[in-house]
Amino acid sequence: MAEARDRSEEVLAEDFERDLHVERQILNMGPSHPATHGTVKFLIELDGENIAALDIQVGYLHRGFEKECESGTWYQAIPYTDRLNYNSAILANIGYCLAVEKLLELETPERCQWLRVLAGELSRIGDHLTRCGAACLELQAMTPFLYGIEARELTWDLLESLCGARVTSNYVRIGGVKHGMPDAFPELCRGAMARIRALLRDFDDVVTSNRIFVDRLKGTGLISQEDCLRYAVTGPILRSAGVPLDVRKAEPYLVYDEIDFDVPIGEVGDNYDRYLVCVEEMQQSLRIVEQCLAQLEKLGPGPVDTLDPRVRWPAKGRVFNRMEELIQQFKSVTEGPRVPAGEGYLAIESANGELGFYLVSDGSAVPYKVRCRPPSFINLAPMSLMLRGAFLADLIPTFDLINMIGGECDR
Amino acid sequence: MEDHGSPALARLLEALPDAVQETHARLGDATARVDPTRIVEVARLLRDDPKLDFQMLSDVTCVDYLGETPRFEVVYHFYSVEHNQRLRIKARVGGEQPEIASLTSLYASANWMEREVWDLYGVRFTDHPDLRRILLYEAFEGHPLRKDYPKERRQPLVGPRN
Repeated sequence: MAEARDRSEEVLAEDFERDLHVERQILNMGPSHPATHGTVKFLIELDGENIAALDIQVGYLHRGFEKECESGTWYQAIPYTDRLNYNSAILANIGYCLAVEKLLELETPERCQWLRVLAGELSRIGDHLTRCGAACLELQAMTPFLYGIEARELTWDLLESLCGARVTSNYVRIGGVKHGMPDAFPELCRGAMARIRALLRDFDDVVTSNRIFVDRLKGTGLISQEDCLRYAVTGPILRSAGVPLDVRKAEPYLVYDEIDFDVPIGEVGDNYDRYLVCVEEMQQSLRIVEQCLAQLEKLGPGPVDTLDPRVRWPAKGRVFNRMEELIQQFKSVTEGPRVPAGEGYLAIESANGELGFYLVSDGSAVPYKVRCRPPSFINLAPMSLMLRGAFLADLIPTFDLINMIGGECDR
Repeated sequence: MEDHGSPALARLLEALPDAVQETHARLGDATARVDPTRIVEVARLLRDDPKLDFQMLSDVTCVDYLGETPRFEVVYHFYSVEHNQRLRIKARVGGEQPEIASLTSLYASANWMEREVWDLYGVRFTDHPDLRRILLYEAFEGHPLRKDYPKERRQPLVGPRN
């Protein structure tokens, strides 16, 4: 009897060992999960509370961006680009239009370039605010999220006064922008910027040295410089690992070579550094916006579109009275520019990193190939490396600060 | 073959002259079309040669030139942080089962981007560790970015699988 009890205790002890330390558990997280602001599925292999293996499954928002672009005209692809990264729609507009202009070998007026930089930087601020605000929200801090969202609303109001839309703001055209800024814009913008600065101070007071926030972020989601380069990671994640690479500085496009701004970098490449880099980039973007306003006021009102007849509509007075211009107007509306045959790649610095467009034209009015190099997709790939052996709870802040945007990742 | 004033193309032509089939630098983008069977050799040179030092494979995509042989062109964009320069490498593949060697052993970023090319164009990457579809689901038939895939074609929706 006593012997049998001893043996059953042995078996129990074996079972105990096996259950706690041997068997791994598979956990499905997503594709719709309240703590991940993005439609993505994680297949997590858990060893106790630690992540042993992580399979990231993307594609839930795939809607055939490239196929759609190949079936319309060059102009008709622009609205699809707003829906890539819907947090900073204008940056994708700028990237695509600059790439088409590169194929057309087209120069835009100075005023247009400053307006593009202005609108792009406002979008970047909105994107970083969403990233930092949502990261707080998903770590159970509601107040800083509301500070962030209030500031984001201010940038969206400014974009609305530029182009009429708040979220899918479509402002950039091939060879220009939709129209110049309204007369009251500089005043509105300066008022909003003062308020954004105050909100960023409040945000900073509540979050940056908050014990819980720092403990959750410091040392989590680490990635080294070498791994960043191997995975072609760009943007704030690469900069937080200490590589001062910013396309705006490395290959200045638009008028970035005339603008004074700094590129903040981190030291170790963890989530906390990513947060700090984003906060500092918002301050730099505000500086850029100020310089744009000053420059635009100096330039005064005037044309914001190129005069190139391939992309510009003829003046209305001529269209109504002359045959040639009537035909040209008809052709511009129905098919838009015919882009010379060839290929070109153009990269800009979006809020998430290098956003590139590789375009191939066969000389017709329809793009042959529109490839978007999506920073969200490429930056998400090393997430399983960042989280190897980490706690399951670290997945949330890491995913937040990678800022994967489904629209851009899945296209 | 000309280097068109690009130091990267000049070095590539000097080191592997017989692997390069064509070069151009139109619109300022240095480009070389290489022999598809030697793509790994070319990529290794680009990564390890100190004069080239392309640490980043920043993009992999494909273009379907339907009606030409070989039909597909796999396009790689390399970037060197050290020298702040870009290089585009292209390789033509065709046949019933187009395939090219994977660069995952040299560049970790190739993993997901090659999976995407396989998913959308059906170009197979040999020696890829995990060549699954990435944006579409396993039950999807065909490769939608091929020019002969009709845009209107519908496929049954299936639920997620584990």
